Amino acid sequence: MTESTGALEQILTEQFGSAVMGTELQCGDQAVVLLASGNNFEVLEWLKNNEEQLYELLIDVTAVDYGSGKGVQVIYQLWSLKHKKLLRVKCSLQGPTFEISSVVSLWSCANWLEREVFDLFGVHFTDHPDLRRILMPKNYSEGHPLRKDFHLRGRFSRERQTEIALNQSYEDYYRPEQLEDLSTSKEED
Amino acid sequence: MGLNKKDVDSTSLPVTRNANPTFLTTKVDFVVNWARRNSLWPMPFGTACCAIEMMASAASNFDLARFGMERMSFSPRQADVLICAGRVPYKLAPVLRRTWDQMMQPKWCISMGACASSGGVFDTYSMVQGIDTIVPVDVYVPGCPPRPEGLIYGLMMIQEKIKNESLINHENLRREDPEGAGKPQADVQEIKALTGAFGNSTQQDKLSSLAQTARPGRFKDILE
Repeated sequence: MTESTGALEQILTEQFGSAVMGTELQCGDQAVVLLASGNNFEVLEWLKNNEEQLYELLIDVTAVDYGSGKGVQVIYQLWSLKHKKLLRVKCSLQGPTFEISSVVSLWSCANWLEREVFDLFGVHFTDHPDLRRILMPKNYSEGHPLRKDFHLRGRFSRERQTEIALNQSYEDYYRPEQLEDLSTSKEED
Repeated sequence: MGLNKKDVDSTSLPVTRNANPTFLTTKVDFVVNWARRNSLWPMPFGTACCAIEMMASAASNFDLARFGMERMSFSPRQADVLICAGRVPYKLAPVLRRTWDQMMQPKWCISMGACASSGGVFDTYSMVQGIDTIVPVDVYVPGCPPRPEGLIYGLMMIQEKIKNESLINHENLRREDPEGAGKPQADVQEIKALTGAFGNSTQQDKLSSLAQTARPGRFKDILE
């Protein structure tokens, strides 16, 4: 497997030059590609469509905040159905605002996964069709909870948190067009 | 039941075939409370592992129906007692509040398990620290999760409570406050007291909790 990562690094470096910062093996056989920020879309598109690679399935999008100024790393876990290979692509971002291209146009399953990363880590995915919070309530205004600089119990006092929570509207969980559908179906009744 | 046969003038009463009186005298409170406490329909609000124990309580081994909880009422409109079994995140808080508001008077509430009662181990940014900050609670059932016997004992405590209620004394009925649906049920001091023992969002270290609970001079060396 070590040889295959070396080969992959060579091919990627030929294709994308300095955008690829290296490859490594983790946990024995997990191939990892490290990317500089700003090139994730091109590299992932190539990994998906290249005949030799064909990583057609996006298993997961997640992120790690390393804290103390080291920035956030966005992680893509890919699976090649044809070659039966796993690949992990890591893309480091530097603060203070974290931006990265969305891959929803490549894998539509990335929609909710990127929303989750946005919700919990505050990473902004440019060109995402619907970048909203997905786990925390819409009126949650304390920031992004899985960031290292976030207080364990939240920034606000408990009574403020309780009050904010009780004042959320159930309409928050629908998109405007869904609410329109609901109201039109009621009129039909 | 206070009915004495020789005191009854049988000629002036409606009679059955064997000439026994067809009524008995008792207190309205007694009859009403007897009917209420033996037909408590629970509204299950199961959000986590406590709900598994709640289901076990309703199943044949423990058989909640023996005590009159004949049917889990999945509509709050027909329910008498809300059983909140499991942790409640802030996102679910308005749902719990609305479910409680939709229940008819008279109504009671059981907080089942550590998480519903106090937040339990989930002392985090997203979790309600005890549902008594949102709805009034009659009985707390401790445990993680409590055994079905524990839940049944809690329900029997509610029955005992109903036994001592009176129709004349309306203070026992729940205060309805639809306008206050967006406000916490407990006041600020109460929430502070409930959640402050281990620090709060601005004072999160262990020493801050010592500062709040310590007697003067007791933890002086640690604090300094």
